[in-house]
Amino acid sequence: MSLENLELFEVFVRSSRGLDHKHVGSLHAEDAEHALDYARDCYTRRSEGISIWVVKSADICSSQEDDAPEFFDPSDDKPYRHATYYPLPKEVGNM
Amino acid sequence: MNSLPSDLERAFQAKIDNEYKIEPKDWMPAGYRKNLIRQISQHAHSEVIGMQPEGHWITRAPSLRRKAVLLAKVQDEAGHGLYLYSATETMGITRAELIDALQTGQAKYASIFNYPTQTWGDIGTVGWLVDGAAICNQVSLQRTSYGPYARSMIRICKEESFHQRQGYQIMMELAKGTPEQKSMAQDSLNRFYWPSLMMFGPHDSESAHSAKSMKWKIKRETNDDLRQKFIDQTVPQIEFLGLEHPDKDLKWNEERGHYDAGEIDWEEFHNVINGNGHCNRQRISHHVAAHEEGAWVRDAQNAYNAKMKARRAEAA
Amino acid sequence: MLDLKEKTKQYSTRLGDDSLILGHRISEWTSNGPFLEEDIALGNVALDYIGRARMFYTYAADLAGNGKTEDDLAYLRSEREFQNYLINELPRGDFAFTMVRQLFVDVFFSYYLKALTNSNDTELAAIATKSLKETRYHLRRSRDWTLRLGLGTDESKARMTKALAEIWGYVHELFEPDELELELIACGIAVDTREIKDNWFADIGAILSEADLAIPDAEWAVRGGRKGYHTEHLSMLLSVMQSVHRAHPGANW
Repeated sequence: MSLENLELFEVFVRSSRGLDHKHVGSLHAEDAEHALDYARDCYTRRSEGISIWVVKSADICSSQEDDAPEFFDPSDDKPYRHATYYPLPKEVGNM
Repeated sequence: MNSLPSDLERAFQAKIDNEYKIEPKDWMPAGYRKNLIRQISQHAHSEVIGMQPEGHWITRAPSLRRKAVLLAKVQDEAGHGLYLYSATETMGITRAELIDALQTGQAKYASIFNYPTQTWGDIGTVGWLVDGAAICNQVSLQRTSYGPYARSMIRICKEESFHQRQGYQIMMELAKGTPEQKSMAQDSLNRFYWPSLMMFGPHDSESAHSAKSMKWKIKRETNDDLRQKFIDQTVPQIEFLGLEHPDKDLKWNEERGHYDAGEIDWEEFHNVINGNGHCNRQRISHHVAAHEEGAWVRDAQNAYNAKMKARRAEAA
Repeated sequence: MLDLKEKTKQYSTRLGDDSLILGHRISEWTSNGPFLEEDIALGNVALDYIGRARMFYTYAADLAGNGKTEDDLAYLRSEREFQNYLINELPRGDFAFTMVRQLFVDVFFSYYLKALTNSNDTELAAIATKSLKETRYHLRRSRDWTLRLGLGTDESKARMTKALAEIWGYVHELFEPDELELELIACGIAVDTREIKDNWFADIGAILSEADLAIPDAEWAVRGGRKGYHTEHLSMLLSVMQSVHRAHPGANW
């Protein structure tokens, strides 16, 4: 049977103005437009969203688990990028 | 195989022990993957097959409000099936393969759905007890170690809470209704109470998958612990309805702080699992029939899609 | 001579009948859809219609002012009292049949509800405003499916052609207001479907031709929904729908 010929799409929903689109799951559809309709029907039955993105799963380029050490570890030793690295005297207040 | 765990396996178990979630691209032992695919897809199939026993009452719901609620609820089951198939697919297996496994009997679904829904009262008890038991399990699974499964569970739990409530509300109306309605409620409770307890699976000592699943934190609480929770919480609910509790051996145990319950009829449990329920064959053949009847629709959309692609290529 | 309130009540009741009967038919797709996503989508459409039926019935019950409810209207009237258009009661058929019916009904309602938003009856206008948004989405779906199935495979095209031929004869009564409606049209309350007709034919013709399908040249036409003169299918539908409710007179659910 022919279900597997339908493409897999990832669904992202913006729940309200001012927020990012967030990944909520995936679905099968024949093309992007159809996927958008189904995303509306399958993922926003309870007013969860005001905007939807769908992306073909195959089109997502993802970092690999194997790459993680060289991708992400190097930023672990740069605490000076975080505000908490710089304690301020109480007298100065917030900055 | 009794070989020592490899470095990868040790690192994996360390992640689990530290409550790190496992994500799709992570390395995972073949057994973990297999176990998860089995559990999540069984869960997905249960949602989808579970549409049937309630679905055939949508056309007979006795008020328009109930009709809308039941339709929305059964539709949610389809949605939950979808979320769970999605989660399973992150492990590199297709929905078509999963459906095939269901239809050929390689994959299981919750045995509770092989019981017939004979009266409107059953729509009450299915929501209240069957969904109630499922929720006990699902709440605990929100902390399961596999990220996509845990996220689906969080979503599902949020939606399921209305399912159990609408079921209990049906029971409240029946219980305070006419004598016929009340006896409909009692009869349904009598039929569905024990099968609901069976939903938690065999005793921990008998459960084939339990130990490994607990170690990998696929399951977070044991069958017996979850069942006890359900038994305890159901007692006041039955009392409030003014119905008779189906378990005549039920007794409060002060020392344990829990109810002691009568023994489940495990013979019936295995009997129904092994194909002797009223609806085993009906549920699968319904699913197969709908799937086959839908084949020409799926073929048509694939053909249409191919034509449109060709048209666009020509135009370019 | 019926007064205006009574007539409006009857009008709102039959609009409720249209929505309930069609919603009921679409709900029969639950667990029977061609794939999960479509099953869910059809459920949404059915829910929209059942919701719409409840609004029209509740308004009718308010106008009656005799303590009756939406459920009395849905569950305690007989097949001779229901006044839905016949097209809505036809069995759900295959997916092509369902989508052709939806296309016809969705195009019809997209004009009908638009007109009803201008009704002098503010309650009906408000229901129409809410429902119109739903219908626009329904039409987007049924139009897309018509293209997909019309241009898909030989089989899907053949099924669509067959469905068109089977449904076509039920279209005509949509554009023939009866006496009650004529009176309410004169008062600016009801929709004059004669004014919708040309647009409906033009839109349907255009969509079908885009889908490589055609309006059937069938000459037959069946009428009678607004008079309670129904096909045999309605009594079957009602006997299922009303069975539990009627078995327990006076019970609450």
